[in-house]
Amino acid sequence: MNDLYIVSFFASAILNSSPLIIAVCGETLTERAGVVNLSLDGSMLMAAMSGFIVAYEMDNIWLGFFAGAAVGAFFALIIAFGSIRLKQSQFAIGFVLTLLGADLSAFLGQNHTRLPGPSVAHLSIPYLADLPILGPLFFDQNIIVYFSFVLVAVTWWWLNRTQPGLHLRSVGERPEAAFARGVKVNLVRYLYSIVGGALVGLAGASYSLGIKIGWSDNHILGLGWIALAIVIFGGWSPVRGAFGAILFGVTKGLATYLQGTFPGVSIQALNSLPWILMIMVLILVSGDFTERLIAYMPQSVQDPLRRQLRLAPPLALGATLDEE
Amino acid sequence: MHVELKEIRKYFGEVKANDNISVSLEPGKIYGLLGENGAGKSTLMKILSGYQPQDSGEILLDHKAVDFPSPAAALGAGLGMLYQDPLDIPPFSIIDNYLLGRDNRLSLDYRTVIAEMNEIITRYGFEADIHAHIDTLSLGERQQLELVRLLAGGAQVFILDEPTTGISVEQKDVLFSSMRKLAHEEGKTIILVSHKLDEVQELCDHAFVLRRGKLVGQSTIPCPNEKLVEMMFGQVPTRRERLPFDLGNPALELINVNISTYRLNVSNINLQIFAGEVIGLAGLEGSGQGILLRTIAGLIQPESGQVVVSGQDLTKSSYHKSRNFGVAYCAAGRLEEGLVSKLSLTEHMLLAEPTHTFMIDWPAARERTNSRIEQYQVVGQPESTADQLSGGNQQRLLFALLNPGLKVILLEHPTRGLDVRSMDWIWEQMYARREDGTALVFMSADLDEILERSDRIAVFSGGVMSRVVNASEVSVDQLGHMIGGQA
Ligand SMILES: Nc1ncnc2c1ncn2[C@@H]1O[C@H](COP(=O)(O)OP(=O)(O)OP(=O)(O)O)[C@@H](O)[C@H]1O
Ligand SMILES: [Mg+2]
Repeated sequence: MNDLYIVSFFASAILNSSPLIIAVCGETLTERAGVVNLSLDGSMLMAAMSGFIVAYEMDNIWLGFFAGAAVGAFFALIIAFGSIRLKQSQFAIGFVLTLLGADLSAFLGQNHTRLPGPSVAHLSIPYLADLPILGPLFFDQNIIVYFSFVLVAVTWWWLNRTQPGLHLRSVGERPEAAFARGVKVNLVRYLYSIVGGALVGLAGASYSLGIKIGWSDNHILGLGWIALAIVIFGGWSPVRGAFGAILFGVTKGLATYLQGTFPGVSIQALNSLPWILMIMVLILVSGDFTERLIAYMPQSVQDPLRRQLRLAPPLALGATLDEE
Repeated sequence: MHVELKEIRKYFGEVKANDNISVSLEPGKIYGLLGENGAGKSTLMKILSGYQPQDSGEILLDHKAVDFPSPAAALGAGLGMLYQDPLDIPPFSIIDNYLLGRDNRLSLDYRTVIAEMNEIITRYGFEADIHAHIDTLSLGERQQLELVRLLAGGAQVFILDEPTTGISVEQKDVLFSSMRKLAHEEGKTIILVSHKLDEVQELCDHAFVLRRGKLVGQSTIPCPNEKLVEMMFGQVPTRRERLPFDLGNPALELINVNISTYRLNVSNINLQIFAGEVIGLAGLEGSGQGILLRTIAGLIQPESGQVVVSGQDLTKSSYHKSRNFGVAYCAAGRLEEGLVSKLSLTEHMLLAEPTHTFMIDWPAARERTNSRIEQYQVVGQPESTADQLSGGNQQRLLFALLNPGLKVILLEHPTRGLDVRSMDWIWEQMYARREDGTALVFMSADLDEILERSDRIAVFSGGVMSRVVNASEVSVDQLGHMIGGQA
């Protein structure tokens, strides 16, 4: 591998993981409000399908993205309504929607498989794209990549530095207390289910319009589960989730590369590489080893560091509240 | 601000939690609200603070009828409540917790808020490291922060629901002096819900007494304790003398036990406890008593030394193994560690039983639960969930879940939140267990309780068991000094 190849390898890993970053941000927002949208795999497929078909028929990719977001938001709304209003298990609803999404997308998209269609244009950012290494990695990409990075920053800022973000977190951690402080718990949960779902839908459409262009049966089957796993891997933080998504993209790319270099090794073995790596990182970060390492650090940074590395879910994740 | 409650009524199914209660509160005064467990005190206060709606009746602020859809609305009108369990958000940082519901601009302004908090904290003599997170704080500190929040929110009326259970004597003094300042200097109204008559005598100007949902009496303070007690229970409860008891064989031996946790190291504990003996662990909160109890229970593995129960070495055994061998542990955080808030009493009972069958015989389990509930006088149904019980009844439930024939019972703050009569009654139940040869080890923040209930007292300070004394040979003052590390 020469230098140029390495840079382009990472650039394509970043491009490939950008929809995943968008989905992870969306799901992180939803789960931080205490709702689990388990339907990611189904809703991303549905969004990829509808995004592509709308863009194809209308010949406008923006309408495609819009359609994807609307479909994702609708799936999430079903889950929020079912759990908050109808008091049904959000996990059960989410799971059913996952299965439904796979079949329904195959059915509705059957006349549009393997068609050449519109796709997102490449967009270099003047001057910045000419920077060595950083340019090709981050500034010589398409709008999906730029959007995903801005989204990570905005999501972080929203969660940690704004009043609505504070409300959102409180609802996910202790809804009774949030309610007592005047936060409209269920409204907040509806809102972030819909916003999160719309982002998940955008992620689905980003695949069919920018990464794996077009539509085919089971187009991106499995990627929704991967996004769900990365949310947990990222400890419900958008920044760490984005790292997780990129790590996944890089190992995935590595697996493809190795497959070309060592054709003898089975594809399945190489495809399990990202998972093994993730489990190793998790064990390293949350294990005894790190605790001992932290114990050597100055007293004042120990507690913040522990908190940063903590992988605890929001305390009220999946629980509902009766507002009296 | 003048507050008036008019004919407030609140029923939970059959239970008349509040039955036509009318009271009137003047500004600048501290009121005590007394009553046995389940009398309806918390319910009334939750209604006043907008946490739950009344079935009927009116709340008048300065003679105007008001209706609060939420506690936030009540605080907006000047009514702030400190709940029995602080309603804060444990994973949050102190600042985030404070900001929630305060600042309504989009971007949070940390700098002003820190200044604002610091100002209130120093004005009322509290202490807090504002950059810490709520889940690292003690109960007393969390209460103080809730108060700071209410103060900043412009509260004119402060409702404190059993604020002194579980906080240290120093924290209590700070709390009380800030209450006096608020009422007598700043003209605010304060309502103190408490079971401790001494505290009510010390702090309050006037007391109301509830019994079974009704207002049964009121009096200006000072007023003889007997009179208050009679109003609370309808009669003056008689106290049975504690019978002397012949101790048996060693039930629990701690030999050179060293425990290290990341908060505190507890070193070199040697103690022999006999069957039928009651040992009180005295000391400031966090001096090692709790850690020792958890170690005996098998929740913490000691670094070295031996824990021997009835001649059997349980040093390395797990919590479950110790439990099956007859070591029972009741934690202080009753809703966190002891009970599961959404499970019914029958389900609790089933979980607590020593043997489990694969299929559950529900009718039989209900029967057993019913008889336990009766024996321990828990006000509730086998189907009630733990979080529907009043604070004191949750505590009774914890005791009702203890199986017969135990070797050692370990109790953290056993009578926290119980009224005087229940407290006596619980201790009678515990003493009755001595016949089974059960040894009792308990910790408590209440020195009177320790002196009165134990045979011997082990004093802890900073992780060291500094001495073991016979309860009959020390006074409260002496014990207080020992705990402080002097004398
Ligand atoms: N949410 C609820 N659902 C059903 N019953 C309830 C509920 N809240 C309270 N109760 C019942 O109402 C009665 C009064 O309860 P409350 O909590 O007001 O008592 P309390 O005077 O505060 O007692 P304690 O001193 O034990 O805290 C109790 O019998 C309790 O079981
Ligand atoms: Mg109460």
